[in-house]
Amino acid sequence: MEAVLFFLAAIGATGGAIGVVALRNPFYSVLALVAHLFSLAVLFLLLTSAFVAAAQVVVYAGAVMVLYVFVVAYVGSDHEPMLDPIPGQRLFAGLLAFFLFVEVSAAVLSSALKALGTHGPDVPAGFGDPAAIGTLLLEKFLLPFEASSILLLIAAVGAIVLASRKRNGEAGGDQRNGRQVGAQTPSVGAPR
Amino acid sequence: MNISWYIVLSALLFTIGAIGILIRRSPMVILLCLELMLNAANLALVAFSREVGNAQGQVFALVVMVIAACEVVVGLGLIVAIFRRKLPLDVDDLRELRG
Repeated sequence: MEAVLFFLAAIGATGGAIGVVALRNPFYSVLALVAHLFSLAVLFLLLTSAFVAAAQVVVYAGAVMVLYVFVVAYVGSDHEPMLDPIPGQRLFAGLLAFFLFVEVSAAVLSSALKALGTHGPDVPAGFGDPAAIGTLLLEKFLLPFEASSILLLIAAVGAIVLASRKRNGEAGGDQRNGRQVGAQTPSVGAPR
Repeated sequence: MNISWYIVLSALLFTIGAIGILIRRSPMVILLCLELMLNAANLALVAFSREVGNAQGQVFALVVMVIAACEVVVGLGLIVAIFRRKLPLDVDDLRELRG
């Protein structure tokens, strides 16, 4: 039963990942990533980490992907050219990725970690549930927990500053921003 | 299932994300492929946490999720800023990191 679930989730995760890379329309890429994230949540559940699985579904598939969908809808889905501008780029990328896969797998599977070939030790019933993770976060990892909250705040403020600069320029700060915009648009030229 | 299956699957997903970053040109899809690679690392972290029977690896995975959320927020802000300036959304055309 566990093997069946593992292979189903693994096929879903791999298929979703390939879909992200191969689909032309960015909107479909986002949807493929949502499928990939749900499959990964199943894998996390198989590894008895319930809280990480729940956070994966709620935070990633719920919040981050909605953000992606909004931005894709705002920017619009431009279609990339099919041909690669650098000749042979796909071939070299495939070769490099193949060697990367072989190298990472060989490094892990030939390591001295004896427990890799097992299912892992037997764990108590509450392993990886919200209570255990919460205790770890608030006792042992309190400083990283607070640091990550500050990091999130900085990222939110930075995103607002980045995305709203042009609107300030239009609202009346044209003189102040004019030199910057004027110096930059002629170098772009064509898209206007 | 042996833990090594999970590790090999994680390596495979990481590789697919790396291919995407190498061959795609839209910055949005490149961000999505970065997510793929971060999630592959998350899977490896949780698998190793199960292997040693210690939940601290799962806290690592949660911190990686926070980092991924920050990266998405800043990256999408950059994409919106690029779009507002009517610059092409193509990493080959975006050669200058100025203004």
